[in-house]
Amino acid sequence: MAQVDTTTNAGQLLAAASGGRRRLGDRVFSRTAVVAAVTILLLLAGVAVFLVSEGLPALTAGASELPEGKTFLDYVAPLAFGTALAALIAAVVAVPLAVGVALFITHVAPPRIASTLGYMVDLLAAIPSIVYGLWGIFVLGPAAVPVLKWLEEKLGWIPLFEGPASVTGRTMLVAGLVLAVMIMPIVSAIAREAFGQTPRKLTEGAQALGATRWETIRMTVLPFGRSSVISGAMLGLGRALGETMAVTIILSVSGAVTFNLIGQANPSTIAANIALDFPESSGLAINALIATGLVLFAITLVTNMGARAIIARQNHE
Amino acid sequence: MFKPSEDVVAEPKGQRAVGRGAKTIETRGVDLFYGDFHAVQDVTMTIAPNRVTALIGSSGCGKTTFLRSLNRMHELTPGARVTGEVTLDGEDVYAKGVDPVAVRRLVGMVFQQPNPFPTMSIHDNVAAGLNLNGGRIPKSRKDEVVERSLRGAHLWEEVKDRLDKPGSSLSGGQQQRLCIARAIAVEPEVLLMDEPCSALDPLATLAIEDLIAELKSRYTIVIVTHNMQQAARASDVTAFFNLDATGRPGRLVEVGATNEIFTNPSQQETEDYVSGRFG
Repeated sequence: MAQVDTTTNAGQLLAAASGGRRRLGDRVFSRTAVVAAVTILLLLAGVAVFLVSEGLPALTAGASELPEGKTFLDYVAPLAFGTALAALIAAVVAVPLAVGVALFITHVAPPRIASTLGYMVDLLAAIPSIVYGLWGIFVLGPAAVPVLKWLEEKLGWIPLFEGPASVTGRTMLVAGLVLAVMIMPIVSAIAREAFGQTPRKLTEGAQALGATRWETIRMTVLPFGRSSVISGAMLGLGRALGETMAVTIILSVSGAVTFNLIGQANPSTIAANIALDFPESSGLAINALIATGLVLFAITLVTNMGARAIIARQNHE
Repeated sequence: MFKPSEDVVAEPKGQRAVGRGAKTIETRGVDLFYGDFHAVQDVTMTIAPNRVTALIGSSGCGKTTFLRSLNRMHELTPGARVTGEVTLDGEDVYAKGVDPVAVRRLVGMVFQQPNPFPTMSIHDNVAAGLNLNGGRIPKSRKDEVVERSLRGAHLWEEVKDRLDKPGSSLSGGQQQRLCIARAIAVEPEVLLMDEPCSALDPLATLAIEDLIAELKSRYTIVIVTHNMQQAARASDVTAFFNLDATGRPGRLVEVGATNEIFTNPSQQETEDYVSGRFG
């Protein structure tokens, strides 16, 4: 009988401790979290609805009503191409550089140099894009002219450097390089975070086998940080795809679809095109610009989904 | 450039009679520091080849620090310093011009936590050390070494059908044996073990202890352990470390045959410790 009493007591205690009502802090926390999550979704949906509703008239309009007398697809295709090309150049240049900087900071440099350098890389991210644009057109562009010429002469057989080389330096290659500098800090920051968290037991395991510093990095740090580097690269790519100001200023555009990275005639990018044409557009031309924005939105979305798919597959392995 | 197949340390002829390449370690007046903190004081001892030497003592007495000085892992901690002399068959491992990487190839190490490389398969974990320092080994030879090492670590039968699975898919005890296989795959002369069983259950511990008994015919083995029964079971020689107070450096109290240390130690503090009066 005594035993039954104990059980009842325990049951009562549990019920009392659990409480009929949940604790206030838990309730506030869960409500706040839900509100925050829903806000994000609403914002995203709002942007998408705006792009679709404002872009739709241009999507359905005939070629004669649209700017340049082209169908919307013909209009947006060179822009999408230029966007992808500029972002690709940026990513190809920035990712290895960012990984190198991150490795240097986390595993090579002495602590004091590492923290100074880390701080300076972060500062790069704080420079406004218009400043990058001005730097690109006034400093990097002119400085690149002899290099572009050299590329044309020595590597002209590669379609990328076909030429004729631009004499102003306002080329796709220079725009891509400036974008690379702009996205490098974010890629590097994410890689740095991941590399720095490589468990010490793994690096020591490699070192105890007689691995050199580089071998230790290759065996433990790089595999450990791989998925973070990929997501960082995608984040950087996303930023490069949407970057407006720097490209608007630097790139000398003609609307040509070409892989020639060093010439005077370059495809524009979606964002730069909107920035350049918007002030002078009216009516259906504005709808067309917004529709190109929708295309950019879709490209960025696909890029991010691709990144998530890659990461998910890697984590699964 | 150091090649793993050659001995860095000169080796007197005729000393290979017992083991394949087990070597004698001698330390003379070794002091170890972390920055300003004096962790281990004045350790002089000889570690015999083909024996299991256990380092015992309470927490913080510096036995792991001392172990890590034998393969120059200690200096990887920022601010860590070593003074004194550590020799491997007479050659100073801290001499100028000796590459710590070369020392670690000869003196393998197994850690407290099993640490297989998570992105590598079981096979690649064992072969990890073979690819280092420019070593290029044909695949057939590599497979041979992997099998021999896994057999040597008593793991082959359990994993032979899933060598391509990740090393992290194994149980804790299996992972630790995988790490032992990885360490012996590069054919070191000495095997250091830092509390290799502290994360394992009793059965897995027994498997590792059996393995240690077998490995000593080929290697010089030094094992740090918290567990006095383990030292008594698995070792031939026991070294007892102690410290006077927290913040004071650890020191070697005495070293001797394991049964001597546990039944008839020459120092009172050793007796107090092994009889369970403290620690």
